[in-house]
Amino acid sequence: MISQILFIAITLAAIALFSFNLKKVIRNIKIGRPADRSDQPSKRMMTMIRVALGQSKMVVRPIPAALHFIVYVGFVIINIEVLEIMIDGVFGTHRIFGGLGSVYNFLIGSFEFLALGVWLSCAIFLIRRNILKLKRFTSPELKGWPKSDANYILFTEILLMTAFLLMNAADAKLQALGAHHYITAGAFPVSQFLQNLLPGTESSLIMIERSCWWFHIVGILCFLNYLPYSKHFHILFAFPNTYFSNLEPKGEFSNMQSVTNEVKAMLDPSFTPPEAAAGRFGAKDVNDLSWVNLMNAYTCTECGRCTSVCPANITGKLLSPRKIMMDTRDRMEEVGKNLDKGGAGFDDGKSLIDDYITREEIWACTSCNACVEACPINIDPLAIITDLRRYAVMEESQAPSSINAMLGNIENNGAPWKYSPADRLNWAKEN
Amino acid sequence: MSAKLNIEVPTMAEMIARGEEPEILFWVGCAGSYDERAQKTTRDICKILHHVGIKYAVLGTEESCTGDPAKRAGNEFLFQMQAMTNIEVLNGYNIKKIVTGCPHCFNTIKNEYPGLGGTYEVIHHTQLIQDLINDGKLKAEGGESFKGKKITYHDPCYLGRGNGIYEAPRKALEVLDAQLVEMKRCKSNGLCCGAGGAQMFKEPEKGNKDINIERIEEALETNPNIVAAGCPFCMTMLSDGIKMKDQNQNVEVLDIAEITARANGL
Repeated sequence: MISQILFIAITLAAIALFSFNLKKVIRNIKIGRPADRSDQPSKRMMTMIRVALGQSKMVVRPIPAALHFIVYVGFVIINIEVLEIMIDGVFGTHRIFGGLGSVYNFLIGSFEFLALGVWLSCAIFLIRRNILKLKRFTSPELKGWPKSDANYILFTEILLMTAFLLMNAADAKLQALGAHHYITAGAFPVSQFLQNLLPGTESSLIMIERSCWWFHIVGILCFLNYLPYSKHFHILFAFPNTYFSNLEPKGEFSNMQSVTNEVKAMLDPSFTPPEAAAGRFGAKDVNDLSWVNLMNAYTCTECGRCTSVCPANITGKLLSPRKIMMDTRDRMEEVGKNLDKGGAGFDDGKSLIDDYITREEIWACTSCNACVEACPINIDPLAIITDLRRYAVMEESQAPSSINAMLGNIENNGAPWKYSPADRLNWAKEN
Repeated sequence: MSAKLNIEVPTMAEMIARGEEPEILFWVGCAGSYDERAQKTTRDICKILHHVGIKYAVLGTEESCTGDPAKRAGNEFLFQMQAMTNIEVLNGYNIKKIVTGCPHCFNTIKNEYPGLGGTYEVIHHTQLIQDLINDGKLKAEGGESFKGKKITYHDPCYLGRGNGIYEAPRKALEVLDAQLVEMKRCKSNGLCCGAGGAQMFKEPEKGNKDINIERIEEALETNPNIVAAGCPFCMTMLSDGIKMKDQNQNVEVLDIAEITARANGL
């Protein structure tokens, strides 16, 4: 009875804390400017099913795709087991679904194989990050917390899977001993090999089984609450992020409505622009970006596929699309903390540009869309880079001098080079 | 191949004055108009249009920059000024269909002009060539043979990833009976030449290599006779790369239009 109350209390507390933090995250995302992504719901749904659920963009790199798929399927399917744990925890039952007989045996048996798969995949992931030191996991932006974050996640998953398998091993042994409460249920194709490692007495087996049970479920609840602080948020945000992702051709950049009104007024004096919305042109800080950009930042799991295909990064420039996303999130969190303290939010003397992302980074971009194409969950770093450039050019007139010269040429003679418009057809006359 | 153009290039103004309407407007673009290397491609596109008997026209001096480099550089004002001025001209001539030799112009007019009041059917010249081949109007005969030559095609970002056009340019090369070899990074995974996003007009940021060198090294790994391009900016970057690598005696960088014109003896 006490353990039931304790279980309910822990679960409710975990859910409450997660909701509290999730609300903050959503509040932070809403700091962003509006963007209409309510069109084409069925196409959006299909994109989400294909890209997030079906992981269609992962297959480009088959090895991590296969390993990630095992962890992903393991995560989703083992949640059925969590449902049983929840019911058992609340009602004080044991293996409530055990009555399903052979179906239950099949399920538990499959979970065990999946758990082993997840265990091995996470171990390989750890090796790739820490021993093989793959290039995309050793970039400068991953130093410190991001690197630890990744390792904590992988290590926790290994511990959770170990607890799950040990729990089953102890349970099977208790079933064989005919211990009270431990009904005969489940098949244990993997954990049977762990049985010999366990003691033979009923009391110590119960202790191990209970500890693992508690560790498994409390571990999952802790993991849930770790998400808002971690890059691992993608397990939830991948879905809305792909649903709300850009459906237009990648080459198309949005036309800024605020500019359209001003240009129309300039070209046609009789045009009266509608009430201009407050705000600057382009983005100086996170509140100038759209909520989609900000959701992108929370969704990023820092895999670095974007950076590994970025032509600027490949050739040694400072720009890393992954860092653009990480900086955006870091700044957003900082602003969120300012708001929590009742402070002014953005007016802390800092901004996304200069304090987080440098001019050198934004001007190194070729707008080639390789980063956007590479992202397995449709994050768009280019949209943020473009908005930062817009701010630098339109609000500050601070572009590299050669860019200013090019812009001047377009303005004066309708071409990015200093050629006379009168000579535009000369190519046809040269004989 | 003749660099000379022995045909008359009709302008919209002349055509309208004659009371005629073109089937298609050829949007030449700034590079195609002014850049010496790109002018060759422009003339070859005209030769192809003339050869198959499509009634076309150019805007000539009425054409102006689409605003693409301004937009990518972050100057939305200048972009929209250019766009609206061009749209006024295009709508004034009641233009319905546009072919262009530049993926940047193509992307801008096709995707970004409709929101500002300019909606046209826009195709890239490699799509036109593909259509002409499919319709049997264009073959690879009567000109230079590319049989057995090794050709590798570099995907321009704004044609490929930007707009999903990967097959049209390859189709134009397949008809040559040449040996098409793909670079390691091709199609949706293609590596930029380094010119996009207004990089064409500035010095690169500090790094350990120029992007066009990275790309041309990859192209040279395929041991090509020809590196095929579909964009005047890629053309500049790749040609510079070939020169830097001292390979300009062995490897030619050619636009798909130039290859097509040569194969047909135009």
